[in-house]
Amino acid sequence: MINALEIQAPTIEWVPLLPLILLFAGAVIGVLIEAFVPRGVRHALQSALALLTILGAGAAVLVALADFEPAKLAMDAIAYDGPTLVFWLLLLLFGLGGVALFAERAVGDGQSAFAASAAAVPGSPLEREAVRLKREQTEVFPLLLFSLLGMLLFASANDLILLFVSLEVFSLPLYLLSAMARRRRLLSQEAGLKYFLLGSLASGFFLYGIAMLYGFSGGLKLTDVAVAIDSQANEGTHVLLILGLVLMAVGLLFKIGAVPFHAWTPDVYMGAPTPVTGFMAIATKTAAVAALLRVFYVALGGAAWDWQPVFATVAVLSMLVGAVIAIWQNDLKRLLAYSAITHAGFILVAVTGAVEAGEGVFVSSVGAVAFYLLTYGVATLGAFGLLMSVRRAGGEATLISDWKGLGRSNPVVAGVMTLFFLSFAGIPLTAGFVGKLAVFVAAFQGGYGWLVVVAIIMSVVAAYFYLKVIVAMWFQSLDEGTEVVVVSPSPWVWTVVVVGALATVILGLLPGGMLDVMNGFSEFIR
Amino acid sequence: MTTGSLLVLSAILFTVGVAGFLLRRNAIIAFMSIELMLNASNLAFVAFARQHGNLEGQMAAFFVMVVAAAEVVVGLAIIVSVYRARRSASVDDVSLMKF
Repeated sequence: MINALEIQAPTIEWVPLLPLILLFAGAVIGVLIEAFVPRGVRHALQSALALLTILGAGAAVLVALADFEPAKLAMDAIAYDGPTLVFWLLLLLFGLGGVALFAERAVGDGQSAFAASAAAVPGSPLEREAVRLKREQTEVFPLLLFSLLGMLLFASANDLILLFVSLEVFSLPLYLLSAMARRRRLLSQEAGLKYFLLGSLASGFFLYGIAMLYGFSGGLKLTDVAVAIDSQANEGTHVLLILGLVLMAVGLLFKIGAVPFHAWTPDVYMGAPTPVTGFMAIATKTAAVAALLRVFYVALGGAAWDWQPVFATVAVLSMLVGAVIAIWQNDLKRLLAYSAITHAGFILVAVTGAVEAGEGVFVSSVGAVAFYLLTYGVATLGAFGLLMSVRRAGGEATLISDWKGLGRSNPVVAGVMTLFFLSFAGIPLTAGFVGKLAVFVAAFQGGYGWLVVVAIIMSVVAAYFYLKVIVAMWFQSLDEGTEVVVVSPSPWVWTVVVVGALATVILGLLPGGMLDVMNGFSEFIR
Repeated sequence: MTTGSLLVLSAILFTVGVAGFLLRRNAIIAFMSIELMLNASNLAFVAFARQHGNLEGQMAAFFVMVVAAAEVVVGLAIIVSVYRARRSASVDDVSLMKF
């Protein structure tokens, strides 16, 4: 029988967990600022606090790197290993980009992209009053920090319940953020509602999957599941294992935005405020892919024969559906959403390969995926930064037809956007090409040659719709009667765009060092 | 007592939750169906905890309850703001964006 008196106080390793603690403290202080600091200085204070918090967390990760030893922290709930460090740094980098996009006010005539008062009914006197007083919701910064904290936890969770809790910690702020756009608020609220309802449904599946795996193994740690798979290998098929595996995959693939769980992606990308879309597009994907890799390699690695065909199918479907439907899109945010679905497919190609680092392995699956996410992330953040600064009456010019002729009226913006789109398409000499190459090599080494062939064909199809936008920018002229201006953004967005462009070029020309680092830190602790 | 009957009940509740989400049009009811799914998971956790003779499943149920409460806060905030803007809580009416 279980004796309650045997329960001991948990031990916490404070130093390696400092990044998480800093993020949590920063978010809580941000909430207090909302309560006690006068409205006028909140925006400056909140953006500075968010920036410093993330920089501090990044510094804490790097300092702990000095005497890094893979270990399981906080009573085995958190795995502190190579992939954790890599994904933490990636997430913090994307978080910095997110803060910069959130803080941008210059493009909107001194107003942020967020609603003056999210609680006021669109078009009501209350809303007009809030707009007249130049109010804005600065709660977005603490929400971003909470979300980032959840993502870091999600990427490092070694415990199924921590996995579920951190999934909700990073999702709930994003549901709110999606519904908080300043303009086109009905669209934004619709995006928030759809994201919330479908996201909750997916986490319901995820949780039931966790319950099934617990029933199968009798423990909640990832290792317990792995041990149970090994010890019961010869006892025939296990309904609980298969159910748990499938249901958890549904929850994770939903967050990644892979077909057939992609239905929310275009609507949320389009309706959410552009800074939120930029942050969510890459950070959610990074966190979810990190958790997917950990759950399926560490806990369910013994059942790889069961899940590899499933992921191969999902990868093919994602690449196909994303690339084909994107051809008919006329809104850039929607186009980038379908592009995100295609990229989810390419990432899953490497996940399916499931190669570990070792002798004669050029690039491991984890290393390839991390590198791919880095190249995709810098280009995504930069592209959404540019999307914020090209404007027409009533908001951002997101229609592709609005971007016609931009190459002549503003060659710099059009040129940088072209660079990002070439990187998305995977054209050689850009970072995106090396990223694609890495995931293809990983899948090939894993014995999935046919999947690589399909993926290469799909990347050609996907290149078509990126080139369509590039052609519109350089070889077509703006329709009569539309007026589009490029507003010069503040240093916040400029930094994101310049860093994104530089990283895209440098990682495209000299990828070796970064690829080696990611490969070196690709071994999960078991 | 065997846990088999509890697991069957949990599976039925989960299925009712999924079906409710897919079939009902009111956002609040769809949301209630999701809560039903989470509670079905709780029942499964507790049943398995009894079967395995450890406390982890019961502990998990507590965490899920707290998370479900947090989800209600966020969910109702979004549903109420949509309702106030459109005077309707039907999920069929939020259809400005398609395909």
